[in-house]
Parts: sequence; structure tokens; C-alpha cells
Amino acid sequence: MKRLYTHFGDRVFALVLLLLALGVVALALLMAYELYRGGSLALGRFGLLGFALGREWDPALEKAFGAWPYILGTLIVSLSALSLSFFPALAAAIFAAEYAPRWLAQILNFLLDLMAAVPSVVYGLWGIFVLAPWLRDKLQLPLYLWAAEHAPGLLPLLGVPTGYGLMTAILILASMIVPYTAALARDAIALVPREHREAAYALGATRWEVMRLAILPLARGGILAGAFLALARAVGETLAVTMVIGNSHKLPYTLFGGAATMPSVIANEFTEAVEDLHLSALIAVGFLLFLVSMAVNFTAAYVLRRQERLVKGVL
Amino acid sequence: MRAKGVLLAWVALAGLGLAQQTLTLVGAGATFPYPLMAKYADEYTRLTGGKVRVNYQSIGSGGGIRQFLEQTVHFGASDAPLDDGRLKEVRERFKTQALNLAYALGAVVPVYNLPGVKEPLRFTGPVLADIYLGKVKTWNDPALQELNPGVKLPPLPITVVHRSDGSGTSYVFTEYLAKVSREWAQKVGRGTSVEWPVGVGGKGNEGVAGVVRQTPGAIGYVELTYAKQNSLAYGAVQNKAGRFLLADLASIKAAANVPLPGDMRVSLTDTAAPDGYPIASFTYLLLYENLSVNEAVKSEAEARALVEFVKWILTEGQRYNEPLTYGALSPVAQQRALALLARVTYEGKPLGKEIVGR
Repeated sequence: MKRLYTHFGDRVFALVLLLLALGVVALALLMAYELYRGGSLALGRFGLLGFALGREWDPALEKAFGAWPYILGTLIVSLSALSLSFFPALAAAIFAAEYAPRWLAQILNFLLDLMAAVPSVVYGLWGIFVLAPWLRDKLQLPLYLWAAEHAPGLLPLLGVPTGYGLMTAILILASMIVPYTAALARDAIALVPREHREAAYALGATRWEVMRLAILPLARGGILAGAFLALARAVGETLAVTMVIGNSHKLPYTLFGGAATMPSVIANEFTEAVEDLHLSALIAVGFLLFLVSMAVNFTAAYVLRRQERLVKGVL
Repeated sequence: MRAKGVLLAWVALAGLGLAQQTLTLVGAGATFPYPLMAKYADEYTRLTGGKVRVNYQSIGSGGGIRQFLEQTVHFGASDAPLDDGRLKEVRERFKTQALNLAYALGAVVPVYNLPGVKEPLRFTGPVLADIYLGKVKTWNDPALQELNPGVKLPPLPITVVHRSDGSGTSYVFTEYLAKVSREWAQKVGRGTSVEWPVGVGGKGNEGVAGVVRQTPGAIGYVELTYAKQNSLAYGAVQNKAGRFLLADLASIKAAANVPLPGDMRVSLTDTAAPDGYPIASFTYLLLYENLSVNEAVKSEAEARALVEFVKWILTEGQRYNEPLTYGALSPVAQQRALALLARVTYEGKPLGKEIVGR
């Protein structure tokens, strides 16, 4: 092994690789540092914890900034979108990889990839003009009226049925992240060695049993990786969410009512933030978003590693 | 061979000549006047035969003010004038004054979606404030019905829509509400972004208009320019003199027919002018009085070109305002702006006086 690297060209190549790889790491660190520095005015004024847990965001009168409503909004929206989209995406992947005839699988895969390529502003416009009014008239208003009559206790949870709010944002986001989970799950399922399936069939397993006992356990790592990629995408999604979420940071959030996320408040207020403290608070929200994304990625890495160990244990 | 050499020399000379003649003025700031700025830039470049180009980046008022203070641009642009703190900062850091020159007016209009209501509704400032405070909740509220005796208002709940992005439009609107409603001033205040008590936030004029269009019973506010270009129905607002006025080019121009302070930093909302629309405001260019402190201005030729360009905006350029549905300056406002421009100097030379006085 060692002799492989003694050749001069190989050494240069290894060095270039190392430098480029370190460059990526340095870029991430530099970004975190710059965000921290830009946000230090606000973080210094309110303290990191005070800023992260503060509930008030008032750039006009009190000049008080707290990011808690945005952190909460980001977590609610992205986790709900993931849990809504995970099983449909997995089903689509299984169907495309195992059940569908080839021509249908091709169409399905093409459409899934297309969904990932549609710009988020298009999802947002569709949300404003089609989904939100439809949800309001067909789901939220009837539900609200029903609750008003039969279960008034639910009303504070439901909120005002305007169509622009948490629920619409979650649904839009869920449909945006389906292709990410589906594509990785599909590839993971396709990568499961043929012998495993054949062995399971040879033991007399039904199709569903083959899927459950032979394929899914092996593909679990890839499926989870897809889910985490989708979650990271959901945490960072800005435009489509901003267009339909109603942009209100009044806690508590309700199902139909407006909410706000970290990317949405940055996108909304950055251009016209004139005062230094306001601008600094927005950059500090960016810093927190960086921390949240990092936490998501670390959790993902941890879960994946545990999965790998489990799979190795099984084998 | 020789012919080729001559040709090359000619091309090189022409290139050199072009490089010497073309000047680019760089400005940055508010998004609201962007179409107007683009028009000014086009027309001015044509007028000067391509000698002066103007590159305006619409990055938002906040960005415009920051670029102005960091001196990366020849001029900044902002929907609100610099406040006292910023002026003091300029005085202390650069030992000169920052000038706020108004060159156009904008107005904010209430838009709504009420099926079956054809005639423009009438609003007063306090009623608008109560709607945005969440106190007036339905369209057939007595306060609204009283203002619109001839209109059969439906018992629809009011869905309040506001801008979610920071904007000069929100600033003008909240500043007006803070003037006419004490409760608004104490609870919400004014700003490009505020803590809205109720309502749905839409991103941009198009976001607000989109939500209003799709929601029966919604009320929102957008720039007059946007409402006109998209033919949205908007309401009349009562001004200080008690008249109900629909915003149009005449009524927003008239809003500036009030005594103006010398530095033009004035709020036009709730104007005292009897035929002035009450939710109007100036939009500003930012210049350093002593242009030599601005690191972006690299030569006297650039300084001259800048002053010439601004003078042109304030005089002949004004005729492009109204076709693009921006208010033009009233004679008083124009005099004030030119007087400010006349104060501009470069390395001790009174460029402003020389160019404006010509």
C-alpha cells in the first residue's frame, strides 16, 4: 500500500486532493465564523440562549429580537413535511424498483426527477393561486365550521382558515421533498444483491415477505440517507414556504394560521434591514440555521452509522 | 500587411477613445423606483450619446444606505431619508453632510376583494388602523358602513394582508397609521418591518395582491404603481382636510404642496394639503455634499457627470415620472432639491452651483 504513494505524480495528486478537501472544510468553517461575526451584535446584546429562546421579534418599536418562533416554525414545518412525504415516497420507490413493469417505472422515475427540477418559485405560485384557495374552501372552512359546532375545544388549535399558513406550507414542502427520498430509496433498493431476493424466494417467501425480510433491511441505510437529505432540503427551503406560510411569528402557532421559518424571515427582511441591530439579528438567525442544519446532519450520520453496524451484525 | 497594421491601429485608437469617453455612474438602493431609474438611465445614456452610463442596482433601501456609507457607489437611493443618527455618522466619519434629494413620489393604496361591490370604498386613517389592529373584524362593521352609506357591505370576515418582506411600502403605510392612530403608534410603530398584530404576510406587492385576489373579504396595501399596472380595485382615503381621495398622479403630486424643510427630510403622510392624497411619500437619492470624500468618485469628470445626471433627473427627467405612474415633483419640491444639489462640491470646487446655475 505504502509503495503506491512513492511515485511523484501520485504524491502530487494526493496533495491536490487533500488541499481541495481541506478547502471545502475551511469554506464551511469560514461561513460559520462569518455568520457568527455578522450576528455578534445581536448575539452579544441578547446572549446566544436569550436570542435563540426569545419570543419577540420587533424591529420597529421595541427593537427586541428573539429567534424562537422561527426555530420552532422551521422544525415543525420540516419535520411534518418529512413525515408526510416519507411513506408515499418510499411506496413510490418500492413500486418503481420492484413492482412496476419497466416502461411504467421509467415514466415514474422521469416524473419524480422532474418534480425535483421544478423551481421552488413555481411551487410557491401554485400554492398561492391553486392549493391555498382550494384547501381553504374544501378542507379548512368545512373543518372549522364542523369544529365550531361539535368540538369548540379544537378551535384554538385550528386557527383562522385563511388558506395561507402552516398547513399549506407543510403540504407544499412535502410534495417538494418527495423526489429526494424516493430517488435515494429507489437506488438503495436496486442495489440489494439479487442473491438475497432469490434466497428468500427459494425459502418460499411471498413478495411482501421478500420486501420486508430481504430487501428493506439491507436498503435501510440508503432509505434513511434519502430521508435526511430531504429533511436538510426542507429545513433550508425558502421561497415556496415564504410565499404560502402567511409569515406571522405570533406564538402559539395553529394548524391553519400563519407561521414563519428561519429562512423565510431572512429572505423577507434582509433587503430592507436598515438598522445595524436588525441586520445583525438576521445574520444571527442564519448562524442558528447553520447550527440546526449541522445538528440534522450529525444526527443523520449517527443514525446511518448505527444502521450500518446493525446490518453488519445481521450479515 | 501594411493595411492590416493601419486597421489595427485604428481599432486600438477607437477602443482607447471609447474608454476615455464612457463614464459609468453606479447607484444602489430601493427596489420601488427601479423601473423609473432604469428609464432615467436609458434616456440619459441616449441623451449623452453613450458617454455616460448609469448602473443602478435595486438591492433594497437598507443595502443602498449601507453601500452609500461604505462608498462603493456614486449615489444611494432610499425610500426613507437618512435619520439623524446616520447623518451624524456621516458628519463624524467623513466631515461632510449627506444630502437627501427627493426626485419622485410614491403612494400606497388599500386594495380589497369584495365580491359584488363595484364602487370604490371609502376609508379613514383610524378605520384602516383598527382593521390592521384586528379591532374591526367584519366588512359590515358600523365603522365601515357609516363611511360607505350607499354600499351594501357583506357580512364577510376581514382577512388582513400585509407585506412580509421589509419594504418602503410598509414603512409609508405604518408611518401613516402611526400618525392617525395613537394605539397603532404605541402598539406597533412604524418601520420597513413591524410586528403585525394580525393578518397574513405576502411576499412583495405580487404576494399581497395574490393573496387578496384569491381571498374573498381580504384587504391589503400595495404601491399605486403596482395597483395601476395590474388594474386592482383600490379604495379612497380621507385626508386631513376631510376629503376622500383616490390616489392618482395629481393627488400624490399635490401631497407635496406643503411647506418643505430645506433638507427635504419630511414625511408627507397625512398631508395638510387640501387636495393631497394622505398615504404618499418621497423617494430619495443620497449624495455626499463634498463628493471628494466618496471613494467611489475617482475624478472630477465623474463628479461632474454625477451632478449633471442628478440635475437632469430633477428637471427634464421629471417628465418620465408620470407615464410610469410615479409622482412628479411639485415646483416647490423641485426648487428644494436643486438647492440641495447646488451645495455639492468636489475638491473645493463648487460644481453644484456651477452646473445647477447654468
